[in-house]
Amino acid sequence: MKQFLAFVKKEFYHVFRDRKTLLMLFGLPVVQIVLFGFALTNEIKNTKIVVADYAKDAASQQIITKIEASTYFEVEKSILDHQQLEAAFKEGKVKLAVVFPANFNNDLQHLNKAQIQIIADASDPNTANTLTNFVTAIVLDYQKTLMANNAVPYQVAPEVRMLYNPELKGAHNFVPGVMALVLMLVCVMMTSVSIVKEKEKGTMEVLLVSPFKPILVILSKAVPYLIISLINVTIILLLSVYLLDLPINGSVFLLFAESTLLIITALSLGLLISTSTDSQQTAMLLSMMGMLLPTMLFAGFMFPIENMPLPLRIISNIVPAKWYYIIVKSIMIKGLGFSAIWKETLILFGMTVFLLVVSLRKFKTRLE
Amino acid sequence: MDAPVIKTEKLSKRFGDFVAVNEISFEVAAGEIFGFLGANGAGKTTAMRMLCGLSIPTSGAASIAGFDVYKQTEKIKRNIGYMSQKFSLYEDLTVLENINFFGGIYGLTNSQLREKSEQLVTKLGLQKESKKLVGELPLGWKQKLAFSVAILHEPKIVFLDEPTGGVDPVTRRQFWDLIYDASDKGITIFVTTHYMDEAEYCNRVSMMVDGSIKVLDSPANLKKQFSANSMDEVFYELARGAKRSDN
Repeated sequence: MKQFLAFVKKEFYHVFRDRKTLLMLFGLPVVQIVLFGFALTNEIKNTKIVVADYAKDAASQQIITKIEASTYFEVEKSILDHQQLEAAFKEGKVKLAVVFPANFNNDLQHLNKAQIQIIADASDPNTANTLTNFVTAIVLDYQKTLMANNAVPYQVAPEVRMLYNPELKGAHNFVPGVMALVLMLVCVMMTSVSIVKEKEKGTMEVLLVSPFKPILVILSKAVPYLIISLINVTIILLLSVYLLDLPINGSVFLLFAESTLLIITALSLGLLISTSTDSQQTAMLLSMMGMLLPTMLFAGFMFPIENMPLPLRIISNIVPAKWYYIIVKSIMIKGLGFSAIWKETLILFGMTVFLLVVSLRKFKTRLE
Repeated sequence: MDAPVIKTEKLSKRFGDFVAVNEISFEVAAGEIFGFLGANGAGKTTAMRMLCGLSIPTSGAASIAGFDVYKQTEKIKRNIGYMSQKFSLYEDLTVLENINFFGGIYGLTNSQLREKSEQLVTKLGLQKESKKLVGELPLGWKQKLAFSVAILHEPKIVFLDEPTGGVDPVTRRQFWDLIYDASDKGITIFVTTHYMDEAEYCNRVSMMVDGSIKVLDSPANLKKQFSANSMDEVFYELARGAKRSDN
């Protein structure tokens, strides 16, 4: 036990002496949360729009009120001049304009067909797309209320589906994603690099000649990264609760237990990578390409898995982060308990056991 | 002569068809400085790995400090020290931290560690540097430190795998002073080297060619036997016949 502690202490020295890595380890989750939370958010809130209401009738007013009532838009001003409209867009303050032609209500009542023009600033095509979809949805909604009150069928507008974001709510989903990403990065990369470093520097030989058991070498290397990762989880959760106002709806204990499971998965993956290479660079590259990329692509928080072609959907199943993402989303956002996520937990657990057995076996044969 | 601390009998290691080490038999007495020479690829490293308990022999017998290399590798590990050709301390740890770590994994107690590290630091004249990172020390000092750390737990035998690679002759000489010191204390030194002047410092040397030990005697006797002026000539005479080489 004393030997083990001496080893763990040494591992902590390694971590703390390397200031740059340390900064990365703890800076990463903060930067990611802030970036995803504020800069890269794809949720639309309080977007400034202008309204050009040439009709000024009951129908146009009702729609404008509806738009204003939604949390997504804030009507900056109403203008009736085409050139002003263009100027507003050029200034960049306004992302969207809604134009009602004259006789809007008239057309609707008598021709059963009226037009609305939606103009979006498409310099950011994704935002433009989302914004127009939102407005269209609001208009459609208005149309529905009209239909309910009248027997006469009114104009059928183009069908719009919110393909990528049916709940019109995106920002919250990234927190579990960032957790998965940070855990994978820290654990896989750091363990593989730190084990390979011993091999590269020749210290591994000395350790193997000592009475210290090889399995304990692995264990004591895992301890610091387990602790660092749990601290990272705590930081992310604190940031999301206090900075992003995203409450944890489920059990915090369960959340930490599941995170520990993913950490162990990632540690065994790191071990596996370390057994297949002798150079730190290769280990780092393997962790990046082999872990980070699949985690980003297939966890489901950046690109929805449901919209992927079938082969990719099948591949996504072998990415541990995908299951962890589902688990954390269920606990944090939906507030579900263990009974709702036992299947995902079991899959993740199975992966962990498999990876651990394979990597330990490989590690052992490499020694002989 | 005391009972031998290293004793091998027809010890062999095969990798498939390749015979890396072919039936080597020798004995090393306690406190002896034993030079284990041979060209690259002659099988020195493989032989040494077997003696350290890192690799199980294919056939033959060997005992290290009285323990069997097949069954008692754990006990062997407790009784040997090891220093590799690659510099084997942690550069991002200080001198004291390195001492404490390696002492720690050999199970030394805190008071033992305190006492030993103080002795060691004084002996090497590293008092001012004890809190410096090892990476900042010159190579010669690092290697002396590495050797001292390798014998910190007072092993019966210490294995040195080309310990003086890349250091100047003066430092090498100082390094050998440390080795004599340890040998005086009864620690057996098992050393591989490519420097033939170092071979002269050994009590006895063996020369491996193509996996077998070709000669084993004191440097003086070997020079007589080959009517050579230096160990260099002895080495060339023997290594010329080798079929295996590094490439």
